[in-house]
Amino acid sequence: MSLDSVTLAVLKGRFEQIADEMDATLFRSAFNPIIAEAHDASHGIYDAETGETLVQGKSGLPIFVGVMAFGVKAVIDKAAGNVSEGDCWIFNDPYDGGTHLSDFRLVKPVMRDGKVFCWLASVGHWHDVGGNVPGNYNPAATECFQEGMLIPPVKLFDRGEYKQDVVDILSANSRLPLSLYGDLNGQINALDLGFQRMESILAEYGDDVIHEALMALKARAATLMCAEISDLPDGTVSAEDWLDNDGIKDEPLKIALDLTIDGDRMVMDFSRSSPACAGPVNISRSTTIAACYVALKHVFNDVPANAGVLEPVEFRIDPDSLLSATAPKPVGGYTETILRMIDVVFQAVAQLAPEQAMACAYGTINALSLAGHRANGQRWVMFSFFGGGHGAHGAGDGLNHGNAPISTATIPPLEILEAAYPVRFTQWALRPDSGGDGEYRGGLGAVYEIELLEQEARVALFGERGRYAPQGVVGGDEGAKNHFAFEQDHGWEEPPMSSKMVGIQITKGQRVRLETPGGGGYGQAKQRSKAAIEADRQKGYIS
Amino acid sequence: MSRYVIGVDVGGTFTDVFFLDQETGEVLTAKSPSTRGDQSKGFLTGIGMGVEDFTQIGTIIHGTTVGTNALLERKGARAGIITTEGFRDVLEMRRRDRPTTWGLRGSFEPVVDRPDRREVPERVLADGTIHTRIDLEAVTAEAKALADSGCESVCVFFINGYANAENEAKAVEAVRSIWPNDHVTAATEILPEIREFERLSTATLNAYLQPVVSSYLERLQDGLATKSFGGQVLIVQSNGGVMTVDTAKAMPVRTALSGPAAGVIAASEIAKAAGFPNIITCDMGGTSFDVSLVAEGEAALTAQTAIDFGMVVRTPMIEITTIGAGGGSIAWLDKSGLLQVGPESAGSDPGPVCYGLGATRPTVTDANLVLGRINADRPIGGALDRLDTDAARAAIQRDIGEGLGLSAEDAAEAILRVANAKMAGAIRLVSIERGHEPARFAAMPFGGGGALHTGALIRDVGLGSAIVPRFPGVTSALGCVVADMRHDRVQTVNRLLTDLDAAATGAEMTAKADEMETLLDEAGVPFAGIERRFEFDMLYLGQTHTVSAMIEWNGDLTQDAIKTAFEAAYKTTYGRLLDGIPIRVMNYRVAVTGKRPALDMAVFAPPTGEDPQEATRPVYVNGGWQDARVLQRLALPEGASIPGPAVLEQPDTTIFIDPGLTGRVDKFGNLIIEEV
Repeated sequence: MSLDSVTLAVLKGRFEQIADEMDATLFRSAFNPIIAEAHDASHGIYDAETGETLVQGKSGLPIFVGVMAFGVKAVIDKAAGNVSEGDCWIFNDPYDGGTHLSDFRLVKPVMRDGKVFCWLASVGHWHDVGGNVPGNYNPAATECFQEGMLIPPVKLFDRGEYKQDVVDILSANSRLPLSLYGDLNGQINALDLGFQRMESILAEYGDDVIHEALMALKARAATLMCAEISDLPDGTVSAEDWLDNDGIKDEPLKIALDLTIDGDRMVMDFSRSSPACAGPVNISRSTTIAACYVALKHVFNDVPANAGVLEPVEFRIDPDSLLSATAPKPVGGYTETILRMIDVVFQAVAQLAPEQAMACAYGTINALSLAGHRANGQRWVMFSFFGGGHGAHGAGDGLNHGNAPISTATIPPLEILEAAYPVRFTQWALRPDSGGDGEYRGGLGAVYEIELLEQEARVALFGERGRYAPQGVVGGDEGAKNHFAFEQDHGWEEPPMSSKMVGIQITKGQRVRLETPGGGGYGQAKQRSKAAIEADRQKGYIS
Repeated sequence: MSRYVIGVDVGGTFTDVFFLDQETGEVLTAKSPSTRGDQSKGFLTGIGMGVEDFTQIGTIIHGTTVGTNALLERKGARAGIITTEGFRDVLEMRRRDRPTTWGLRGSFEPVVDRPDRREVPERVLADGTIHTRIDLEAVTAEAKALADSGCESVCVFFINGYANAENEAKAVEAVRSIWPNDHVTAATEILPEIREFERLSTATLNAYLQPVVSSYLERLQDGLATKSFGGQVLIVQSNGGVMTVDTAKAMPVRTALSGPAAGVIAASEIAKAAGFPNIITCDMGGTSFDVSLVAEGEAALTAQTAIDFGMVVRTPMIEITTIGAGGGSIAWLDKSGLLQVGPESAGSDPGPVCYGLGATRPTVTDANLVLGRINADRPIGGALDRLDTDAARAAIQRDIGEGLGLSAEDAAEAILRVANAKMAGAIRLVSIERGHEPARFAAMPFGGGGALHTGALIRDVGLGSAIVPRFPGVTSALGCVVADMRHDRVQTVNRLLTDLDAAATGAEMTAKADEMETLLDEAGVPFAGIERRFEFDMLYLGQTHTVSAMIEWNGDLTQDAIKTAFEAAYKTTYGRLLDGIPIRVMNYRVAVTGKRPALDMAVFAPPTGEDPQEATRPVYVNGGWQDARVLQRLALPEGASIPGPAVLEQPDTTIFIDPGLTGRVDKFGNLIIEEV
């Protein structure tokens, strides 16, 4: 049977709704703020045989869109055809599934006539999965074993039977077992709901129609992507950007992209990038591809979010590169590396299509953890990501205090943080002079200053852009660099490796201060209108 | 001398007035052009069309879009903010979000400019402890500076003010003592709830609206006074209840969705009387399609909504889900050749191609015209003489038909299918996705275009039926007359359930309810009864999103009763309880509703013996032309049964009954459309 294009348009909306609803279920019922408030989670529908992403929720974390396909594939390989109704796998192996150990994936089949029809998957960032540093952003890690527990794909449900033993093992390896238990339940709820919705849409339209629709949507994304690539001029452009260091050795690491357009095909060649490093800014090949997917989706945002986007794209990644790490190379700081990859894609695209270009956003997740014990002995871990400026673009200034391009995360309200942890924010403000100058100015970064109110705390930061600022495009200037400082008895200090440090001790009354980067500028500064400059001055955006 | 009760809904184009004569039981409706700039003129003209002697009017209830428009068009007053040192950018930093997931091209302009956000020394901690006492000299100096620089209103907002409002109250007192007018908003008086951005945004929008809404209401009162009106004016709130003018002046942010809320309330009353307690209201305008769910006669409320990116209002509101699919939504083929409808809209100028005002891209209205659903010679609204069918057909053929290899008629049908699918998606979102069985619900279209699409909605979503009210165009004005009076309060508690003095909290909630009941008494409006509703927002320790649990109790409130209520609500929402994890009580909510006397919907009873002036017109359905009956809807008597395909025309809307469906006129003049 052949599917008419109108029915396809109808089904597209239904599929997206299923994925969105799975997202919403987990966000509302999750325990840790990284999922509940920062939406560091994602759900989708995946190909029965290849695991490719077919449909993705709109509210989930963008980076997971690409990476989940590898996660589902890992389960397909592990199961080796031995799949039954009611099965559900759980794992966090980053070398198979991408990203880092904090991201736990649940993968569940939808079965028809004894065969897998499609997969549903849920991924969420858990609050603590063991390892050396609470919250698992350990800038000093040299092996994944220091970053947390590593769980290969194992069955959480076997033909519907819940494996309490598995949950017991997971719980025993976390500093925050209750949070883990709550998040796990939220993910199970989300998958159950997606499963019911898939069953009812299959009953309504029949297996053949649904299968055809899913395949057609993938083909459509590929067609659209080819059309977008064709609109770019043929040729090769290059862009390079740098990571400050890997947290172990204070040397910059290069991310280099040679981007070739040839008709409706694109080659993304990362061969000139640095080799794998000792510290945790390596990423697996699957993560690298997922990051390119996110970058391309930002540039061509009308192309639907599924595997078809990558069909016309060829990747060249050196097997020794820090962009194709294997076990046990540490990968905990993957966010920093993929943000830099998005930066190089933006810079390359700016050379091909200046009118479509965006300058680099603030480019660091700034994972900050403060942990200690209350006066009554209770353990607490505050772990959060912070915002910065977005890059300027051809139609205007960058957004002030936005979220990272790889996520749709919102920041928890400071009142919620102060109610939960013994801290007081002394400043929560925009950071003047942080946006890159240009015809259009980069968005402003932020200043967050936090005072400890009880006992002692151990502080760790995993950040970037302390040495290399976010770049402008089309002649625009760079944004301000990241800056972190912490108070000690004799005054303020800064981490020797700029934005990465573990084991900082502060005591009651002492503060930490984070000033995040602004976005890069767009176009030459001398082109900026006098009125815009005057308005910036009046608002105190520039001094 | 309170012969008349009058509902007035001021919309973008027309001011609709609904008159109820309490002596005769008769109703009358009137329509006058809205007067942009000063809506009070059209308001008075509209009332004057039905009643000459204003002393005979007892109550006027008003659904206003003055606040809504000021927010959407960014035409509020210049407002200032006085806030805690270190936090003047909370409004601008939002919750660190962005307007769209993909593409980083968003921007945001807060409604209060950075120089008008002033900091003063003060600090309260999360547990309510005062860390730094308020510096009142600084407060006074900053307030003076704001007033001198031209701010018309001001909002005082302090971090953790929800936990202890002492600093804020002192500062507000100091500001009020020197501020040149009444426009001083205290953030915790608007919303004493944890989450600084949401509280500040709501309070700031209140300050932003206050001068605009207050002066409008004053002009209204002055205009009424010159006509010797001596009754009461009530304003519809976004939660569907009404409030006094004084409350509306103090809390104008509660009028953000006043107009649409009135429509939903009317729809629910009409439907209840007709025996349909479960409906989904569908308001189709030129650019958008708004749906709301009414279950068992109760409209669904939401705690928070965003008027636009970063413009968050957190007060209880009728939950209205909006999608970009209206009569003016443009149909187009994307780069992969897939048919899309919207979100881009032709609006009303140039509007659809058939308006002949220069538009070239086909819209949903063009598709309806080409398929014979709309009468080309009698356009709704009265501004145009006739519609250009040929131009609409040519545009559809060129933009859609050629790409899909379809005839103009088949392409037009495809446009409707995709548009209907989007509308069905919105309906599914508020029904199926929330666990409501669609077969138990009826669609109620109001607004100009919705009644053309009901048949498709019944089939696509599996709704039981559709009910088209007798006057879809004046639904909101009617809603004003039947809306209940409602007050809401929220207070953040933020304690573990085991640490909560349940009895004291229960007593506090009862006291709040008593206070609000006094407000109801003071309004001088007759009520058929008063209802109280108590809720707790609760969560397991570690979660950040709450579940609301309704609770009733006799004697002292207990921890056990609260726990039972929470577990029941949690189970319904998520399925799995998490035994052994402590429960936290975040907020309590109290709502007190004065139930207004019901309106006897028999006033809409259809006439008997008139001639519905039957004609026929070809309509294109399911791939072929068929002859449809065309009838004058308002002349149809009770009990009339019209099988589809049929087109029913009336001045403010056109109804299409699809083949396989039948329309039946009930005793209240509603048209019930069902499967045969």
